[in-house]
Amino acid sequence: MSRARWTPYVLIAPTVLLMAVFVVYPVGSVAYYSLQHYDVTRSWANGFAGLDNFRQMLLHDPLFWQSLGFSARWVVVEVGLQLLLGLGLALIVNETFVGRGLARALVFSPWAVSGVLTTGIWILLYNPSTGVFQQLAAAGIGSPGTSVLGDPATVFPATVVAELWRGVPFFAILLLADLQGIPPDLYEAASVDGATRWQRFRMVTLPHLRDAIVLSTLLRAVWEFNNVDLLYTLTGGGPADQTTTLPLYVARKAVDAHDFGYGSALTTAGFVVLLFFSVLYLRLSKFDRR
Amino acid sequence: MRDKGRFARLFLPLGAYLVVTLVPFYWMLVFAFRPTGSTALVPWPATLDHFRTVWTDLGFAVFFRNSAIVALGTLVVVCVLGLMGGYALARFAFRGRRAFLLALLCSQFVPGAMVLIPLFLVFKATHLLNSLQGLVIADSAAQLPLAVILMSGFVRGIPVDLEEAAMVDGCGRLRAFFAVVLPQLRPALVAVGSFAFIGSWNNFLFALMFSGRQDKFTLPVGLSYTLGEFTVDFGALAAGGMVAAVPVVLVFAVIQRFLVQGLTAGAVKG
Repeated sequence: MSRARWTPYVLIAPTVLLMAVFVVYPVGSVAYYSLQHYDVTRSWANGFAGLDNFRQMLLHDPLFWQSLGFSARWVVVEVGLQLLLGLGLALIVNETFVGRGLARALVFSPWAVSGVLTTGIWILLYNPSTGVFQQLAAAGIGSPGTSVLGDPATVFPATVVAELWRGVPFFAILLLADLQGIPPDLYEAASVDGATRWQRFRMVTLPHLRDAIVLSTLLRAVWEFNNVDLLYTLTGGGPADQTTTLPLYVARKAVDAHDFGYGSALTTAGFVVLLFFSVLYLRLSKFDRR
Repeated sequence: MRDKGRFARLFLPLGAYLVVTLVPFYWMLVFAFRPTGSTALVPWPATLDHFRTVWTDLGFAVFFRNSAIVALGTLVVVCVLGLMGGYALARFAFRGRRAFLLALLCSQFVPGAMVLIPLFLVFKATHLLNSLQGLVIADSAAQLPLAVILMSGFVRGIPVDLEEAAMVDGCGRLRAFFAVVLPQLRPALVAVGSFAFIGSWNNFLFALMFSGRQDKFTLPVGLSYTLGEFTVDFGALAAGGMVAAVPVVLVFAVIQRFLVQGLTAGAVKG
């Protein structure tokens, strides 16, 4: 019997160890490094920094505030559109029709594609010499030579569309699972009572989906906040740092500049945002009731 | 009359959405197979020149091999550890169970980009930079929380009576697990393994940060070096993209059926 008491701990030990090294330690050490000057390319100046990094970040770094603002804009627009389109798509592929299985497989397929590959595909579409706008211009729509990623006026919508292509299936998949759990009797009862299609959607479908919508929106907001692959490769944060989110700023400080001290201070700011999201998530998912 | 409504409500938007989804894929296919300089919208006659370029000249043969090793390694590690952790969560009441579950849920909020700096320092200290093993470990750590949560859901779905009956018949817990539980978990392993494979195959930041040497690049890193809006060889970019896309699309085709239930169970319901 004494063996059985230890069994669960033995079973979770490797997972706990990996998480300690890859989640707990990094989060803790970021707090430590944020108080240090630690720049690999300027190692002579390394050492205790006190609150220098934070003072620099909050008072003298306009890019910090700009990246925070763009992060908010990016998350709101991206998640909002993904939710609307994903819900519509889920409702459509939840209906019964010939070829539904194939249609689902096709519309969900961008879900499996990486951020870098998404960038590759959309660069092919957006490129000013042989892209899709060039083809449209040849057919008389729009003007040739448009560089949507280089133009500050179009870079935001162009990036949003590329990420939508990959992100909508996530919502569609999650909401479809919940749609399938609605008992058909509810719709029949509503029909008998003379409810229109819109009323059935509002009175039966939406209330049933409410929890799933709230939680998947929150989860997706976190993922889009953290989305670095696509922005790093598609725009690199440009033109003129216009599309730099906070995590992208961190990644560039880490990968390109190797300024680990200041990067850690930026990361700490990111954790404050994420902490807010996770508390909200745990509250809404009713973790404390399990 | 009814059919007309169905057309406007269902097939029109579905058709439009299918076009938007599939045109980008088709665009890549066209660029990959047509000769440089051609602007034809149908890649015929097809050329394999671009594939030859990326596979041998740009080193995608090596990147592909590295990606396959890392993704398959991650798949094995995540399946084994996910099975252990998920089984423990589903079948035992133990002190610290709630804390463990909470840590799993919260770790979904601590993403790769935010821990790049400390992880880089850990990897440097443990000499795991520029090694495929290091990437397997990092990718596994990233995939494991979701895998454990998913797996515990699947294990909970198997009636505990079966195991208890086997244990009453004289099996130890371990034998009961292999004889009774594991065979029923085959779809779960397919789903969890596929998520791990896709996640690792697609991982860019870890591979970019931790492998500075070209012989250790994975496909996303190799692909990122072919990107650039103005200076790029579009044929090579498209062919490289196809090389990166084909394995995940095949895996996706296999798990597509499990996707709807699997993702929901793990990601949202915890």
